[in-house]
Amino acid sequence: MTEAGVAHVDVEEVATTVDAVAIRGVTKRFGSGDGEVVAVDDIDLSIADGEFFAMLGPSGCGKTTTLRMIAGLEFPTSGSLKIFGDEVGTLPPNKRPVNTVFQNYALFPHMTVLDNVSFGLRMQGVDKATASGRASELIDLVQLSGMEKRKPSQLSGGQQQRVALARALVNRPKVLLLDEPLGALDLKLRQEMQLELKSLQRDLGVSFVFVTHDQEEALTMSDRIAVMHDGRLLQVGSAEELYERPANRFVADFIGQTNLIEATVADGDMIVLGNGSKVLAPSDYAAGTPVAMSLRPEAISIGTRGSVPAEHQADSLDGVVSTAVYLGHALDYHVSVDWIDLEVRAPAVGSRGRFQPGDEVSVWWDRSSNWVVAD
Amino acid sequence: MSGITEPRGWTKGALAATSWLVYFFFYAPILVLIIFSFSDSRNASVWGGFTTSWYSDFASDSELTGALWNSLRIAVVATLVSVVLGTMSAIALERFRFRGQRVFDALLYLPVIIPDVTMAVMLLLFFAQAANWFGFSKGFGTIALSHIAFCISFVSIVVRARLAGMDDKLEEAAMDLYASRWQAFRHVTLPLIMPGILGGGLLAMTLSLDDVVITQFVTGGGWSTLPVYVFSLIRKGVTPLINAVSVVMLVASMVLVALSLLAQRLRGDDAI
Amino acid sequence: MAAVFERDEIDVEPFIHGEEATPEFEAANIAQDRRRGLLIALPAYLYLLVFFAIPLLTVVVYSFATRDRFGGADLTSFNLDSYVELNDQLIRTIILRSAGLAILTTLICLVVSYPFAYYMATRSETARNVMLVFVMIPFWTNFLVRNYAWYVILGTDGPLSRVAEFLGFGPTRVLFTQSAVVLGLVYGFLPFMILPLYASIERIDGRLIEASRDLYANGLQSFRHVLWPLSLPGVIAGSILVFIPSLGAYVTPQILGGTGTSMLGSYIVTQFLTARNLPFGAAMSTVLMVFMLAATIIYFRKGGRTL
Repeated sequence: MTEAGVAHVDVEEVATTVDAVAIRGVTKRFGSGDGEVVAVDDIDLSIADGEFFAMLGPSGCGKTTTLRMIAGLEFPTSGSLKIFGDEVGTLPPNKRPVNTVFQNYALFPHMTVLDNVSFGLRMQGVDKATASGRASELIDLVQLSGMEKRKPSQLSGGQQQRVALARALVNRPKVLLLDEPLGALDLKLRQEMQLELKSLQRDLGVSFVFVTHDQEEALTMSDRIAVMHDGRLLQVGSAEELYERPANRFVADFIGQTNLIEATVADGDMIVLGNGSKVLAPSDYAAGTPVAMSLRPEAISIGTRGSVPAEHQADSLDGVVSTAVYLGHALDYHVSVDWIDLEVRAPAVGSRGRFQPGDEVSVWWDRSSNWVVAD
Repeated sequence: MSGITEPRGWTKGALAATSWLVYFFFYAPILVLIIFSFSDSRNASVWGGFTTSWYSDFASDSELTGALWNSLRIAVVATLVSVVLGTMSAIALERFRFRGQRVFDALLYLPVIIPDVTMAVMLLLFFAQAANWFGFSKGFGTIALSHIAFCISFVSIVVRARLAGMDDKLEEAAMDLYASRWQAFRHVTLPLIMPGILGGGLLAMTLSLDDVVITQFVTGGGWSTLPVYVFSLIRKGVTPLINAVSVVMLVASMVLVALSLLAQRLRGDDAI
Repeated sequence: MAAVFERDEIDVEPFIHGEEATPEFEAANIAQDRRRGLLIALPAYLYLLVFFAIPLLTVVVYSFATRDRFGGADLTSFNLDSYVELNDQLIRTIILRSAGLAILTTLICLVVSYPFAYYMATRSETARNVMLVFVMIPFWTNFLVRNYAWYVILGTDGPLSRVAEFLGFGPTRVLFTQSAVVLGLVYGFLPFMILPLYASIERIDGRLIEASRDLYANGLQSFRHVLWPLSLPGVIAGSILVFIPSLGAYVTPQILGGTGTSMLGSYIVTQFLTARNLPFGAAMSTVLMVFMLAATIIYFRKGGRTL
């Protein structure tokens, strides 16, 4: 799926090579003096035309502020913000060729679905008949035909979501911004809408910039993901890059589950773990740098004490099972190694035996599956 | 969060009985007043058979109808001005940050919490002093100016509550959809706070029509509103005519209150 | 589907070009927003300054002036005489009487309102709203008329006296007594107690009371240790909202009270309209106002919101 997404950004398919959104050195501060908060701290970001781009991070990380700055709902304190090459930093939202699907949709409660959807066109001076006509097409597109005369309060959450989409798309934005668009929906509907949004975006070929705190949502839908934390942009990359080659400790921990084992970089490609054992783990960090080795629970194998295959001898640890949880498709173990606790996920089928708390076991991993991160 | 569950057994009975007594206490005097306004007796408190003559006396009493007319004119002016000023102040306080905001906020609350008598005294001295300096006569103008001074606050509080209950993302959404700030206000904010504006306006009108103390202090030149005139009648000696006038005032203010409650309950289709 | 979304078909006016944002632009933007806010507030602001703040200061200024021979105030000679005059036997009596009646009114309101507000808070949403509307109606109904209704009921040979006679109590005279004044005040200000009390009881999580019962508290203990302390903000708010206007009451003692029941509010009025001692009346008003402000500040400190 990510493969398809990457292919989609291919230069051949997209007419322009100008970035849909180009953010350079943008900082946003709120308040002043002691109460000053740096919401977005000097970030650089390029979003390609036709890309499905997610901004991911915990609440308060600056992702929503970044989105609001692209929309024009906040002005940057400093830095350059370009949409298809045009600087828009000082433009108010009604002068920018972008539209937003708001969190909880912000549909106008006193207007019908049709009036909601034609609002943007009417405000741009399009006559009522043309605006209604085009709005109807969009209402068809989001499969809400026949609901034109309803008020938002008479619609289900999923339908409101579609109205919000139509209301933004009817203006043919150059970039569509989505602020936690699926947050208010229940799990099943959310999964349906994820696929629908993705296919809609592919059909329209317009860039979607999407803010979420739900990493699964970001991983499922996006071509590329930006991870933000404390106003800083930590890493931008595809789902695979983020998962397999996290740029730092925060990203490793935030995307999926992982075991972070404290270590220090030693000479060559070796690192020294907390118990003094040396492990082969190549990285660019200088000798002596405190780092952590990231090991995904599913990358760790588990077996009875002493059953470590010869080729993994150097990458193994001995421990005792402290908890064992049956998950259906997998078994989740916590293994106490003398100085740390490791989470291990073994497939339920084809595992080498099942273990009970108190069992003495060995764990090992493939040399290629470890990854070294620093702060 | 779950509310307090309804009590059971005799506690419930006792509570329900108390509540009915409270309502009886609220409404029985009003009912008595209405009944006695139809009493054919010189004594306002004694029943002497049914008559509607007090109401026709009211209609033909030129002083009373003149005072009623004055009350209505002042109420309309006070309502219109205070609705405009009160709504603007509510918008400024709820949607903007500006220098002197806290002082303004406090200044808006003061007329609501200050006792009538103090406000009346303030305005009496103020207009007396101003009349000394600028030479104008008290009457319609001074009454209307005073009523506006306390009505603004009530309108502002009601409209502000409505604005605070409105999702401010709606205005952002409008601007994101190419509305200018003014268009966003005109097409989104204004329709949604309209029930608050109507409610506040009706409240202002009720307050203006009810006021005795302040009006009595700032009036002059034989100018009188209905409540002030009735108040002076009560102090001179009571006749059932006052009962009839009171019932008219009562019905008027109840209708206005009912309308204002209704207006505030109008919802912009639930979503806000 | 793509036909709906031909991007180069955009036929609305072209978007203007912006510039790179700078801290100066951001500051100017915030400043402009502040100016706009102030501009919108300005008409009401100026109005209240002229017709409220200045009159308020006028009273304070007058309270320091000297009474002149014509019943006016000499605004050239300022002193504390009026405040010294407050320490007079008659004034002390009036203040004490007013405070006493206001406290009595407040207590009666509290005792009557608490079970009512509690009961209201326990009802269904619909029942609550209906009950609330029927409290709101007398709340906003003409105060003068509502006091006058009691004048009719309590009057000589009036309905109450008839009922009392019928029950064998003999002729009773309540009108023009302090009891009548308290009755009128309670009638007038009861909604001021019910509304904040209801607001604070309604907010209480019912599970807390259930938890207290689960932990072996009987009904009284549960009230004493859980319900009462949690509803205290409402009790304080309601008490202030009843006490302050009672203290400044003018219409009620004028209609229902007799010669010996003058209260602070009506006494202040007399100073202006009859005795023509403006500085003294102004001093009393100022004291009442300061007292009212202090009470309001306490109210808001205690987290009160309802007015």
